[in-house]
Amino acid sequence: MSTIQDPIRTPAKALRFGEAGLLVVFAAFAFFAIIVAAKAYTPAYAFHAYLFAAASIAAVFAIGNRYMARPAGPVPQVNADGKPNYNFDVVKFCTIAAVVWGIAGFLVGVIAALQLAFPVVNFDLPWISFGRLRPLHTSAVIFAFGGNVLIGTSFYVVQRTSHARLVGDLAPWFVVLGYNLFIVIAGTGYLLGITQGKEYAEPEWYADLFLTVVWVTYLLVFLGTILKRKEPHIYVANWFYLAFIITIAVLHLGNNASVPVSVFSPKSYILWSGVQDAMFQWWYGHNAVGFFLTAGFLALMYYFIPKRAERPVYSYRLSIVHFWALIFIYIWAGPHHLHYTSLPDWAQTLGMTFSIILWMPSWGGMINGLMTLSGAWDKLRTDPIIRMMVVAVAFYGMSTFEGPMMSVKAVNSLSHYTEWTIGHVHSGALGWVAYISFGAIYCMVPWLWNKREMYSLKAVNWHFWVSTLGIVLYISSMWVAGILQGLMWRAYTQLGFLEYSFIESVEAMHPLYVIRAIGGILFLSGALIMAWNVWKTITMPEAAAEQSLALAPAE
Amino acid sequence: MHETYLWLATFAQTWGLVLFVLGFLLVIAYVFWPSKTRKKEFDDAANIPLKED
Repeated sequence: MSTIQDPIRTPAKALRFGEAGLLVVFAAFAFFAIIVAAKAYTPAYAFHAYLFAAASIAAVFAIGNRYMARPAGPVPQVNADGKPNYNFDVVKFCTIAAVVWGIAGFLVGVIAALQLAFPVVNFDLPWISFGRLRPLHTSAVIFAFGGNVLIGTSFYVVQRTSHARLVGDLAPWFVVLGYNLFIVIAGTGYLLGITQGKEYAEPEWYADLFLTVVWVTYLLVFLGTILKRKEPHIYVANWFYLAFIITIAVLHLGNNASVPVSVFSPKSYILWSGVQDAMFQWWYGHNAVGFFLTAGFLALMYYFIPKRAERPVYSYRLSIVHFWALIFIYIWAGPHHLHYTSLPDWAQTLGMTFSIILWMPSWGGMINGLMTLSGAWDKLRTDPIIRMMVVAVAFYGMSTFEGPMMSVKAVNSLSHYTEWTIGHVHSGALGWVAYISFGAIYCMVPWLWNKREMYSLKAVNWHFWVSTLGIVLYISSMWVAGILQGLMWRAYTQLGFLEYSFIESVEAMHPLYVIRAIGGILFLSGALIMAWNVWKTITMPEAAAEQSLALAPAE
Repeated sequence: MHETYLWLATFAQTWGLVLFVLGFLLVIAYVFWPSKTRKKEFDDAANIPLKED
């Protein structure tokens, strides 16, 4: 839409402060990264330095091109019709990135599952051995898929519930693109053998430092938007997002307090030693579950379920209690990962006790999410997207029941180090995190691309049933596998010798590993259906939306 | 080192605990205090996602 303007009245176009500043910073960083690459101790580290250099140079070009193309003057805060001029481009990017990373992460999970069932799938190649693919899988699904969902939805929800445009011009893009660059650095690092060896915190010091800069910018953009809000109240979903952003920052700094060998080396050493390091690791690890995979995705529950069901949350009072109870209690549960270790006994008991207390807020929150549908239960039958999100909340309740139970020392002595833990994690990750994310993506894609509804609700239905079958196969095979392992490892003969050798328990796992892989393949197939559906929705002409609505089940 | 540990552990297990419980009770009191204006405040807040702009 070009209008002819009086050349005298047109304000002169000048670089904004942020544009000029970032051009200088990125150019300087590219120069620095090339020097590091030239003097790097290992080829893998040189590769990462070149990657940073390439990204910085690309950023310089992108900022320059954007400046050439944009109109002069500041960013308009409201549109011509008086509505807030929302910044949804970054949300669109995150949504597509989440779908792509999700499929990549699920695929790596399937390969890793097949490697356990059929070791030949390791192909004797170091880069794709199970030990390197496993962290690639966990990081891809948690941080790449889940992280993009969280950043994307948080930027969507904070704007819509504040009735204000996202703060910053380039800052939101720096957050989104920087975060995804971190994912690429982390993922390629694992394949090349660069790791700190800490669960969920594998990336080395330089990736951690970069993520810190990205994350602080994320916090500032989010907080700035809340401060500019037109609503008197900060909606509860934003409280959960804020808790997620702040806590992850604190956890990240605490668990990555390490000193690099040299600026030219990827290797670093952590400040903490022995059991303190273990405690730091699981304080981090469990709160990554608590604040990344729980608090963050609860924000999705508190926004997308009411929005989709077109009714307010069941009890706003309960949502506030849910929030503060979760904040007060979750942070203490970490030691339950270190039962029967050299961690002081009182700390183990503390972790167990707080895990059990967590039952209360978790179930309070689950009831709040489910009861939002009270009076509209028929939507479960007619709307497959609502069904997906409600089943997610049910899985939230189930896995937050199972978790505290497994944290009880007596249960843990059977379950720890077995596949039961893997089953538990996946009932939370596939059932809760992924389903609430899929639901949010299905809600958001038509809203973002101005379509009335998804291209095919039938395909959503197929996605739901195929992946639900996958989850059921996955978690039930892992329960059986875990209890079988636990019992075999603790079986003694009359003479006090172990009844089974370790390899016998490995042999017994084979059929269960095969069932697990089938479950994973089904879950991946469901995600592929979603990707197709998202693609068709984005590219369909608007008229097609009416047609697919006509095919939807009668309401 | 040991003194610091003891001091921190003692504080956490006594006054720290009391402080946190009090803080949480304050939240409960704020949320459930019978008040017409607060009820309206919460109802308004709950309806924020449903507002169209």
